[in-house]
Amino acid sequence: MGILEVKNVGKRFGGLQALSEVELNVAENSCHAIIGPNGAGKSTLLNCFVGKLIPDTGSVMFDGQSVLGRKPYEINQMGISRVFQTPEIFSDLTVQENMMIACFAKRDGAFRMHAVRDMFTEKEIVDKAEAMLEDMNLADKREMHAASMSRGDKRRLEIAMCLSQDPRLLLLDEPTAGMARADTNNTIDLLKQIKDERDITIAIIEHDMHVVFSLADRITVLAQGTPLVEDNPENIKGHPKVREAYLGEAA
Amino acid sequence: MLGLAKKDFTLLAVVVGLTLLAPFILNPFPEGSGMAQFNAGYPDLMQRFVIFGIFAIGFNILFGLTGYLSFGHAAFLGVGSYAAIWMMKLVTTNVIPAMILAIIVAGAFALLVGFITLRRSGIYFSILTLAFAQMSYALAYSVLTPITGGETGLQLKLNDPRILDSALVGGDQARANLFGVNMSSSYEMSVGGWLFTFNAGYYIAAIVMILAFYMAIRIFRSPFGLMLRAVKSNQQRMNFTGLNSRPYTLAAFVISGMYAGLAGGLMVAMDTQVGPERMFWTASGEVVLMTILGGAGTLIGPVLGAGMIKYMENIISKINSTILHQWFAWMPDGLEDFVVAVIYPFIGKGWHLTLGIIFMLVVIFLPGGLVEGGQRIAGLFRRKKTADETSTTPAE
Amino acid sequence: MDAIVLQILNGLDKGSAYALIALGLTLIFGTLGVVNFAHGALFMIGAFCAVTLSRIINWSYTTISETEKNFLGEPLEVQVPYVHDWFGVAAGNTLIDWAVPLAILFSIPIMLAVGYIMERGLIKHFYSRPHADQILVTFGLAIVLQEVIKYFYGANPIPTPAPEVFAGSFDFGAMLGFDPNTIIYPYWRLVYFAFAAVIIGAVFAFLQFTTFGMVVRAGMADRETVGLLGINIDKRFTIMFGIAAAVAGLAGVMYAPINSPNYHMGMDFLVLSFVVVVVGGMGSLPGAVLAGFLLGILESFASMAAVLDVLPGLNQIIIYLVAIIILLTRPRGLMGRKGVMED
Repeated sequence: MGILEVKNVGKRFGGLQALSEVELNVAENSCHAIIGPNGAGKSTLLNCFVGKLIPDTGSVMFDGQSVLGRKPYEINQMGISRVFQTPEIFSDLTVQENMMIACFAKRDGAFRMHAVRDMFTEKEIVDKAEAMLEDMNLADKREMHAASMSRGDKRRLEIAMCLSQDPRLLLLDEPTAGMARADTNNTIDLLKQIKDERDITIAIIEHDMHVVFSLADRITVLAQGTPLVEDNPENIKGHPKVREAYLGEAA
Repeated sequence: MLGLAKKDFTLLAVVVGLTLLAPFILNPFPEGSGMAQFNAGYPDLMQRFVIFGIFAIGFNILFGLTGYLSFGHAAFLGVGSYAAIWMMKLVTTNVIPAMILAIIVAGAFALLVGFITLRRSGIYFSILTLAFAQMSYALAYSVLTPITGGETGLQLKLNDPRILDSALVGGDQARANLFGVNMSSSYEMSVGGWLFTFNAGYYIAAIVMILAFYMAIRIFRSPFGLMLRAVKSNQQRMNFTGLNSRPYTLAAFVISGMYAGLAGGLMVAMDTQVGPERMFWTASGEVVLMTILGGAGTLIGPVLGAGMIKYMENIISKINSTILHQWFAWMPDGLEDFVVAVIYPFIGKGWHLTLGIIFMLVVIFLPGGLVEGGQRIAGLFRRKKTADETSTTPAE
Repeated sequence: MDAIVLQILNGLDKGSAYALIALGLTLIFGTLGVVNFAHGALFMIGAFCAVTLSRIINWSYTTISETEKNFLGEPLEVQVPYVHDWFGVAAGNTLIDWAVPLAILFSIPIMLAVGYIMERGLIKHFYSRPHADQILVTFGLAIVLQEVIKYFYGANPIPTPAPEVFAGSFDFGAMLGFDPNTIIYPYWRLVYFAFAAVIIGAVFAFLQFTTFGMVVRAGMADRETVGLLGINIDKRFTIMFGIAAAVAGLAGVMYAPINSPNYHMGMDFLVLSFVVVVVGGMGSLPGAVLAGFLLGILESFASMAAVLDVLPGLNQIIIYLVAIIILLTRPRGLMGRKGVMED
């Protein structure tokens, strides 16, 4: 039994069959990578997990419950956090406020009217946010506006916000896209550390094979909207079908 | 103190000081002097300052925090006014029940309108709120005449039922009061050439505004306020952080509608009348101007903006060409005429032009409004000071 | 039947004005991505172009009449328009009479210039700013423009009559085969409708059949790609802004005889035109035209006595009501495209 079970998922956009018969089983506490050439339907698939898209066919079960038809915030409250390709953070707010929002969301749920007390008197939240910032080496930037941080730090903050919610499944959408080599390596180290230290399942979509092979326990190759193979990294490396998908028929 | 951080408490203290001493501060020029026309310390105008201050503070909770630009907020002001006047017609001329009913009715109306309009965002939201407000205006103007008095509006009448009040004898007038204190009663103090007016209505409105301002500070600093700023900053991230942005924006919308209703109720408490023009979309536009001009998203900005616009509307608009000629009489004739001709379009009846220009300049160059302008100037002085210090040190 | 036709006809003139303003708004929104709250002011400026030209043509000098005497028997002072001297009395009077149609020619260069200055001077700095800022700055600009007009022309409406030939009404019903005297329709309204149809047709033809229009349409659909092709799309968009301004201005010129121009007429129309744009579908040109006529006609139907007996005040709120219903049931408007203004 995997924590995330995807069965027979299909999605069509007009004349384009973006996904068809997708089967995927992400085991608990593993790191599962989904790779594939451009246009393979990786992002579409991810959007089906988080409530941005509803597939035409099939089912997506998280921990035995269907996520289909639920709103993004409900899915998050079930225990799925998502990191975006370009970091989605609250740019006009400070780093500390960003963290506190995530902590409030974890404690208070989707909506709670706390309109009277000063937010900084919520010691439990402030401490939790602070601890997470320390953990992620962001503590000295707490007063900074999130928008003025470097790309790598934004990514770090986004991951920190997701982690502060203690998700059971962390979805990463090309977390190193557009990053310089050094930032990429930092991010890999960070994700490795998260994987080792926490009871967390990670599903990652990635282009960069270096990232994939550094992290993944299991890899699914997606091509033209349908899974080609699923295996461990060693077997994927030399797999002829994978080479074919990436390099085209000619190879 | 009062649950506020030191900086906010100082701000509140300054606002309290300014509003309570307003009759002095706004009347800096002696009676009968040439500058006396710039005195704004008369009850009617001071009441407007604080009432529109409340309106703008409330609008800012919606626009300043969540970024949802409502172009129909005057509807809530109007609804509050109608509710208040009916309370004063049917139950009692005491202003407290009138204000409470104004807040409740405006809040309920805002809940209805917000529930529908907040399904859309951006310009669609602006247009939807505008449509609702215009509809309310049109209804108040025509179909709902039995409730709203149509074009002429509603006033207090001698023979209104007022079940809690004793009947008025002929010759008496129904007056808004607070436990017997007449809203229009004033105490005048004459010191030297100066005349200061302390008006009961103003002080009641001022205390309400201080309370409203205090509550706005609490909301701004609360976790709820943080969530509202999150709505403005990034709704996508908000939803993927497990937060449902809709109820937060709806709550902000209702709160700001209640503020507008309170302002509307206070207007009735001051002048005991109401007409549909209070809901016209230009009135909605005015509160937008006030908030942006002062500084959307800042605490004090909307109050400053409201004060500035009401000052221009009532003081600058009264300057006519004769007065201008008096001012510049010391100049040579040709130059005098020229200067007057240049300034004239911007003052008096042309004050809207000045307002429009200032507003545009603010939107273009000072998105943070007057507050940001003040901060920049202060920053300039600070930098200059430090620069001076460093430059003079080696010379010593 | 004749009552229905009458209401449709009555809705046409307002509908034409809505459609023309909404068309310009949509052009600006679709091309530049800017929400222009000053568009109503352009309509108003157009109307004042008619006023101005009529004043220029009526420009007179005072002279002493050789023949007429006043009631005291003294020589009478008369105003003689200069055009009488220049073109003769008959031709001069014709000019005066035809001031409004002539103002079409007069207004086009003015409106193009106003549009160009507005876009280059202000709007272009707001392309990358949030829509709320665009709304605010153009709202401010609208206030400034209407105050400037008020300063020069005063606050009162200025009657600007149509040419003598088109004054009055005619029995349109009889021409269409209905009973005589059931459908009496003012000539000028019919002229206005025809004029609007020509302008709308011209704009569509321009976009459809010229290379320039093709590029603009492509740019409306996908600005980035067109930009990548090395086409200077910004310059074309500036011109489109000028055209949109001219369309609004022409709508205003011809509307002058229907509703005497005053400085706030722009704002009155703008609020409704925005509703029209949203109902039609933000960014859809046919949607804007369709919604403009639809709402104009609906408004006219809602003002029928038979309707008002049942639902009093419906004429006042019908447009807003329709807008609210449409926006909630078809969030993209009648003909809106996906992805326009959806954040």
